[in-house]
Amino acid sequence: MTPDLRAGWRGPSLGVLVAAGLALVVLGTIGVVAWTARGLSGLSSWDLRAVWFTLWQAALSATLSVGLAVPVARALARRRFAGRRLLVLLLGAPFLLPSIVAILGLVAVFGRRGWVNAALAALGLPEVTIYGWQGVILAHVFFNLPLATRLLVHGWAAIPTERLRLAASLGFAPRDIGRHLERPMLREIAPGAWLAVFLVCLTSFTVALALGGGPRATTVELAIYQAFRFDADLGRAASLGLVQVIISLAALAIAGRVAAPAGFGAGLDRPAELDGPRGWRVPADAAVIGLAAGFLLTPLASVMIAGVPRLPALPQSVWLAAGRSVAMALTSAALTVLLALPLALALSQGPARGARRWIEAAGMLPLIASPLVLGTGLFLVLRHWAATEDLAIPVTIGVNAIMALPFALRALIPAARTMQADYGRLAASLGLRGAARLRYLVLPRLRAPLGFGAGLAAALAMGDLGVIALFGDARNATLPLLLYQLMGRYRMADAAGAAVLLMGLSFALFWLFDRGGRR
Amino acid sequence: MRSLTLTLTASLLSAAAPALAADKPQLTVYAPDYFASEWGPGPKIEAGFEAQCACDLVFVTGDVLPRILLEGASTKADAVIGLNTDQTARARATGLFAPHNQDVASLTTPVTWTDPTFLPFNWSEVAFVYDDTRLKNPPKSFQELLDAPANAYKIVMQDPRSSASGLATLLWVKHIYGDKASEAWAKLAPQVLTVTKDWSESYGMFTDGEADMVLSYTTSPAYHIVEEKDLHKHALMFPEGNYFMVELAAQLKDTDQPELAQKFMDYILSPEFQTMIPEANWSYPAKLPNDQLPQAFRDLPRPEKTLFYSEAEAEAIRKPALEEWLRAFAR
Repeated sequence: MTPDLRAGWRGPSLGVLVAAGLALVVLGTIGVVAWTARGLSGLSSWDLRAVWFTLWQAALSATLSVGLAVPVARALARRRFAGRRLLVLLLGAPFLLPSIVAILGLVAVFGRRGWVNAALAALGLPEVTIYGWQGVILAHVFFNLPLATRLLVHGWAAIPTERLRLAASLGFAPRDIGRHLERPMLREIAPGAWLAVFLVCLTSFTVALALGGGPRATTVELAIYQAFRFDADLGRAASLGLVQVIISLAALAIAGRVAAPAGFGAGLDRPAELDGPRGWRVPADAAVIGLAAGFLLTPLASVMIAGVPRLPALPQSVWLAAGRSVAMALTSAALTVLLALPLALALSQGPARGARRWIEAAGMLPLIASPLVLGTGLFLVLRHWAATEDLAIPVTIGVNAIMALPFALRALIPAARTMQADYGRLAASLGLRGAARLRYLVLPRLRAPLGFGAGLAAALAMGDLGVIALFGDARNATLPLLLYQLMGRYRMADAAGAAVLLMGLSFALFWLFDRGGRR
Repeated sequence: MRSLTLTLTASLLSAAAPALAADKPQLTVYAPDYFASEWGPGPKIEAGFEAQCACDLVFVTGDVLPRILLEGASTKADAVIGLNTDQTARARATGLFAPHNQDVASLTTPVTWTDPTFLPFNWSEVAFVYDDTRLKNPPKSFQELLDAPANAYKIVMQDPRSSASGLATLLWVKHIYGDKASEAWAKLAPQVLTVTKDWSESYGMFTDGEADMVLSYTTSPAYHIVEEKDLHKHALMFPEGNYFMVELAAQLKDTDQPELAQKFMDYILSPEFQTMIPEANWSYPAKLPNDQLPQAFRDLPRPEKTLFYSEAEAEAIRKPALEEWLRAFAR
């Protein structure tokens, strides 16, 4: 009598449903846009250039972000120092900045009049310029190094303490630890992290253009924008949207091929008695942490310096919009978790390998959905049911929840797989099902990645502008929308204050959930 | 936590429900986001118009033209405001718009306006704006800007593929240099520090001191003079001329509120509306004698010439000019 190793019926089928729904929304909106345009239209040579630029800069940005994240995450994982927790938390900040704020923050540090060039000039060294492909890469690493670091820190934390203690008792040198523990873990986590960063860079466009120094830095997303805004050519927009989906599926396949489960087995969740290697590695780790913190936190500091003095003078409407944005962000985060959990559980058990790949692909799809295509598609479908301006807020909440899903999944999937491998049989033999399984196994084991995912979802929803721009509603403006309205009316100083408020709130939301998950 | 979320959702959804004005007819006007924002002219215009129309004026914000194109004949808009001249050809082609029935001969725009459908409500010209505390010797003409050594100035401009002011810049260069526009861009490209998606990013980089000059409007200095008492920002008036940018309004043919939509068109050229424009929109009103402008606007320098392409010319030039621009920067 073999025990049934599958969990309760709810996991897989619910997961499959969610995955199918996601695929329908993302691919369906492209379909609707193409249908409205009476078909897809061809691409110009400039569009093809944009595809090429998008591809290589995203690949390079992702490789650099994950490559640099490895030493940073390792240093953070194996050292204890005052302020470490705060630093790990602060690392979440750059990712949450609205693009316009990030541009001004980066320029304040690396620009012509920036701190870096001021220091170089003081030393009599030549000026460095960020405008060009190097600026695009710099900006993307700035955004995504923290994300990759966070995902990898989760990976290090997931290596059971028992394995580390065994390694210590066997007298493992750092090299051996790398070979037997760290590298297998990286093999499992890093491809997914690379994929997430690659897809983020694929659809980024405001920052890439501003720091790219000109039209050479044209991404596919900008071409989509142009097709909409200037040529009113929905067919071309849909074609470009499809190109983005195809590129992403290819990247997904590559990442899936590289990844391999680490198979450490279960531990007893003892707190790690960390004792990182001594000798030259101590100052080396300190230097790595110092450099990363400097690179990521100085632009944030410049945003703070510009904005904090303006906070008391902000008009009341900014605070009202902030309240509205927080409420929307919390709702989005709840939705993201409700969608992500069944997906991750379905991936960790149940269906055959082929089906799993499809579910994972569907879970990553939102990352590459052009917000413009998604928003327009939804607009075209929904306008038959209700007045679009009444739908602005619900649609924005829904789209933001979907957009944050891939990040939540990246943190959840490895943890869910490990949980299933370590405890699946035990749970099945105990007949643990349904709500009990959720309560005694799933939630305790997945608490940290769930908190991280929810925090990220809330923070991203807080800073999103994406769809609301199309469905805009001046009377119910969100904080990011208000930030752009202030800038658009020359009120740069007020905008700097609103930016700090936005950053602070995104960050507080992230902290609340993330902290809740790590207790 | 969950109950809190539910409460918040419920309150949100109720907030999103439209506040129905008690049995007043509703006039729906599509407008760009900036227009209806608290710092734009929208709220004042809404209050002013509702005081005389016994109706509820509702601005629906977003990308006006793409939205009209998507909705076609089923659009709920009774009128639109905030279109640019680069969009009117496509808007006109939809056949959805009705004549504005205004006397445009009395407009105070520097360009003679004869269009019976699209009505100007404010205008200015594109110009390079600089700060005299940072840039001591600005170029005196467009030609001087082009002939300057490669690193003389650092300019931020907007991408013509994503912004109306960026497109106006493209047409400006084409208007001055015609067949030589490619060479002009090749000379200008080294002076361009970067190109941004929207005007906001450019202007932010300029006010932060990253760039010496920004591509903006002849009326931009007025904001700094009036709101910040800052007299150091100036727009460059070139002897070759500066390019005209105008924003337009129109009423829909199939509106279910034809009288109200017509009333709104009438209101646009009224002195009340026109006197709101300068300091709510930081631009010149379309119909207001010079002596009725705020002092800061009366004191602004004016370009020697205002250059302008008709709608049909601009539509024909747009794509080839964009090719030239892209090629100049692709090197």
